[in-house]
Amino acid sequence: MTVDAIITADVLDVPSSPAQTVHRRRPPSWGLAYALLLPSLLGLAAFTYLPVLRVAIDSLYVTPHGAGGVTRFVGLENFARVLGDPAFRQAALNNLVYAAGTVAPSVVLALAFALAVRRSTRFNAVVRTILFFPSLVPLVAAASLFFFIFLPGVGLLDYYLAKLGVSGPNWIGNTDVALWSIVGLTVWKNAGYYMLFYIAGLQNVPRDHIEAATVDGANAVQRLWYVILPALRPTTAFVVTIALIHMLTAVDHVVVLTKGGPSNATNLLLFYIFQEAHENFDTGKAAAATVISVAALLVVSLGSLRGMEAGSRREA
Amino acid sequence: MRLDRHVGPALIAAAVATIAFVWATPFLWTLVAAFRPESAGSADMASLLPDFTPTLANFRLAFESGDFGLYYVNTIIVVVGVLGVQLVTISLAGYAFARLEFPGRDVLFYVFLVQLMLVPSALIVPNLRTTVDLGLYDTLAGVMAPYFASAFGTFLMRQTFRGIPRDFEEAAAIDGAPWWAIVWHVLLPMARPGLIAFAIVSVTAHWNEFLWPLMVINDPANHTLTIGLATFTKGAEGAKEWGVLAAGTLLVMAPLAIVFVAFQRRFVESFVFSGIKG
Repeated sequence: MTVDAIITADVLDVPSSPAQTVHRRRPPSWGLAYALLLPSLLGLAAFTYLPVLRVAIDSLYVTPHGAGGVTRFVGLENFARVLGDPAFRQAALNNLVYAAGTVAPSVVLALAFALAVRRSTRFNAVVRTILFFPSLVPLVAAASLFFFIFLPGVGLLDYYLAKLGVSGPNWIGNTDVALWSIVGLTVWKNAGYYMLFYIAGLQNVPRDHIEAATVDGANAVQRLWYVILPALRPTTAFVVTIALIHMLTAVDHVVVLTKGGPSNATNLLLFYIFQEAHENFDTGKAAAATVISVAALLVVSLGSLRGMEAGSRREA
Repeated sequence: MRLDRHVGPALIAAAVATIAFVWATPFLWTLVAAFRPESAGSADMASLLPDFTPTLANFRLAFESGDFGLYYVNTIIVVVGVLGVQLVTISLAGYAFARLEFPGRDVLFYVFLVQLMLVPSALIVPNLRTTVDLGLYDTLAGVMAPYFASAFGTFLMRQTFRGIPRDFEEAAAIDGAPWWAIVWHVLLPMARPGLIAFAIVSVTAHWNEFLWPLMVINDPANHTLTIGLATFTKGAEGAKEWGVLAAGTLLVMAPLAIVFVAFQRRFVESFVFSGIKG
């Protein structure tokens, strides 16, 4: 979560330094500046830059698990093994479906929620709290609850569906349904978090623009489409970016609920990496898969940064 | 005309209330099921109606099968440890970026920002190797280490410091105060909203974190709440003890939930602040 917020800063950043007065009391102290940055730079070097380098190198080697295993250079063989692994291909495909299936409804719901509860009334405050609350809960805890919710027969979902005369599928046991159950959990978990950004974004939509549109005879739908949505474009770009990053970096629910199953139906890239590293001890494959997933992350981040720049330029 | 104006909002309010209720059902169920006596029968385990005399039996069983006391202690150590180090690193770096001029400042700022894309959870595999090399495998320090530097926090403090008028520092500097005294006595007290916002976001993230601790920690004595809950869930599932499962989950969620309800405005403002003002 900590990661997310920053990108907005760039996007929604109102000019943050109002007319800085240049008083120079003393000569600039470069040494002091570098000394103050040093602790952070050490952390970044060890856990952001070194790992990228390291995983790129590791992906070219194979180390047999167990004592006496000798590391040897294998070139791109690990990538060939990963790409040839049906489980990996399934995980990559699932991840695409999962991202498409989760991001769109989460963002649309977040916007709808924000529009519905943007005014600060007591009723809205309660609703906001309820909608936001799932995002404060550990994903593991959400998964534990949903284990019961998805339980066949006696679980929460089936219990109440039965009262409506509907019999549900085996929510996490059926290969055609399981991934969509994970999608449902994730939408429930994240939509309220994204809503916060839309509530904040809505406060920055110029009131007089909306009023002008109303005076010109625009109805609610037209105001939303022609005035509010364009003004929210930077917010949307930001929310979509963090939502996509979540798709590649959070698999706690898969670990607890389905372990990627049944028959890989809910396997996702990061879960595949976790399994190769933590359960199969295939460091070469885990490294190669990490390189691929980091590349995907960079594409998402850089792509959306460009999208945001375009969005904010249109604003300006 | 008049009717229209009232029916529309009423329909929206009804729809919103319905969705809010659906959103809340997992938590309502947790609350009800955690206090439901076992004798109340498992066929109606899913019922949301508290039609029984509440009991703490499920919590007693939860404490018997999971070492929640230990999990709390370990989680608090991790959360406080990460935040403590972060507050130092982000204040120092934030001050450097906000107030000092030095060659390479813009480049170094981008060096920080890259961390926002390369999220630690995507790098669990190489980070685990580094943690082993540092001798931190299977320690709580190993769980904390990747988070000591925070690009997000640095950015937040830079923005916060920049928003403070320089007059205050100039006055202190004229009185001969050294830079660290200015940071400690002048800037940090005025930067409290930023520090609190960061603290809330950081504590929430690390209280809830799962995959990385799961990779690093092996010894049950070092288990955090989320790892403990995952193990515990498996046990409760096997025994079909849904009430105990609800009680255990509640134990993990409760502290943050209570703090959230008590300081709701602060929480929401912090998350928004962290996003908007950056």
